[in-house]
Amino acid sequence: MTLLLDVRAATMRFGGLTAVDNLSFSVEAGSIHGLIGPNGAGKTTSFNLISGFYTPTSGEIIYRGENIAGIGTHRTAAKGLVRTFQHSTLFQEFTLLENAVVGCHLNLRPSLAGAIFGNDRRRRRAARERAEEVLEFFGLAERRHELASELAHGHQRALGMAVAMAANPTLMLLDEPFTGMNPEETKRMMELTFKLRDSGVTILIVEHDMHAIMGLCDRITVMSFGRLLAEGVPQEIRENPKVIEAYLGGGAHAA
Amino acid sequence: MPEERRNSHSLAWLAVLYAGLIALPYALSYSQQEILVFTTINVLLVMSYRLLTLTGEWSLGHVVIMGCGAYASALASKALGLPVPLSMLIGGVIAGLIAWALSYPLFRMKGFYFLIGSFAAGEIIRLLWKRFRDPFGGPKGIKRIPDLGTIEIGGFTIDFYEPVTYYYVALAVVSVSLFILWRIERSPIGLTFHAVHWQDKLAESVGVDTRRYRIQAFVIASFFAGISGALLAHYVGTINPNRFNVEEMVYVLTWAIVGGTATFYGPILGAVALIVINDILLRELGFDQLRPMFYGLILICSVLFLPKGLESLVPRISRLVRRGNHNPSPPKVQPQEGAE
Repeated sequence: MTLLLDVRAATMRFGGLTAVDNLSFSVEAGSIHGLIGPNGAGKTTSFNLISGFYTPTSGEIIYRGENIAGIGTHRTAAKGLVRTFQHSTLFQEFTLLENAVVGCHLNLRPSLAGAIFGNDRRRRRAARERAEEVLEFFGLAERRHELASELAHGHQRALGMAVAMAANPTLMLLDEPFTGMNPEETKRMMELTFKLRDSGVTILIVEHDMHAIMGLCDRITVMSFGRLLAEGVPQEIRENPKVIEAYLGGGAHAA
Repeated sequence: MPEERRNSHSLAWLAVLYAGLIALPYALSYSQQEILVFTTINVLLVMSYRLLTLTGEWSLGHVVIMGCGAYASALASKALGLPVPLSMLIGGVIAGLIAWALSYPLFRMKGFYFLIGSFAAGEIIRLLWKRFRDPFGGPKGIKRIPDLGTIEIGGFTIDFYEPVTYYYVALAVVSVSLFILWRIERSPIGLTFHAVHWQDKLAESVGVDTRRYRIQAFVIASFFAGISGALLAHYVGTINPNRFNVEEMVYVLTWAIVGGTATFYGPILGAVALIVINDILLRELGFDQLRPMFYGLILICSVLFLPKGLESLVPRISRLVRRGNHNPSPPKVQPQEGAE
């Protein structure tokens, strides 16, 4: 098994607040890995550290053997580490196809000369084909000429994943993909996540709803108050008294 | 409508439009012909401004950038003795280069801060023009800028100082520029500009270097603003720092706001409508002193009653026309060419 992502003693302080404290965990290639914890556990901060948005106060984020800490989101994307967003962060004014075409940015490489002289026709066609392919993958192909804002919530989430997938990720970070979903949408989203993993994409899910990802993840890392609380397969996590306490009792408020 | 039929349709309309534009000066008085030249130049100015607004940034320094093109072109032809067409191109390039240098401090800011920062940068440039008599001529600016001169073809003398001939030159330059701007917008780079505007975080997540694209839009917009400045300089023959002050910038803003920036034609509508109202209608009606008041009134009314700009009237009117022809309404969503 190869390690795709290795977080080594990552610490993030904002002034006097330590949001992430000496966090270490690793993600194996080809797996679905969950990063969970009660509200305020530091999941989102960890997510922003991994996606290159924040620079850790100390520690390293090793991705494919290279420290990517703080290099910026568009650079991590170029290396194959692509994040999705909570809620419906999409290009609402664009059609589904245009959304997916923007996702193909790294292969499309829009240039001024190409715009004026049209000598980038082959790249434009390839991007369009890739865009149609990912829309097909997520079952959105028939609606490709509709505006993203016209989609139902569940479909918007699927489109968010389609845009990310268009960028040919090796590792996809999903930010609370199940928030605000009804059971039917959750079921559909789980199927899509499995399908994505089977197509060769490694997945790291950040989620505060423990139950939603129990059936999904190969391994789960649990955080509480910025620290690593437990790590293991879902069964171990479910039975871990510390995890149960963090979610149900003690100071942390259960979701 | 099939794509090809729609294309030939719009080509036919474009041909009619240009026939009208070519015939237009002969229906106008001398002073109106002069206004026509300025209008043509201003259309390029506001359209270059629109390219910048595609990425979501509104600048208050755009007219100063236009001035950079005007000064550069004037100096290139007067001090260096270069031919005027070449000087104009140099004017555009210099304006683009200045924008590129400015973009490093300016694009550390966004939104309101960018707006104020661009205003400050513009004022600094204007102060430099005032302070350095050599080569900028100080507060009085540069006078006796070479014009395009005359050429003789087979016994006919074409004098480019005449508003009509200069109008044709400007029309040609502006048309080519607008064509390039249109190609840019309908291409993947245009789609990326829009993407940077609407969701910069999402664009970043799929590898878009949003800062780089903001800078690109700023530099391209400034190049064309510089070209419009050069067109102005060689027509009026004299430029000074006050010609490019913030009051002029406010005019550009009102054209863009009244016309709307969502469509390609919006700012053109805004500029043409407001210039015709301000410089022809109100003048003819004898409201010379009261013109700013009317201008303000028009701005307020358009924001109140047409918040999406004059451009929002176009689909409504064309729908009415179509209904008259008993044609089915057009499909709601049209894929952009950038996605093809």
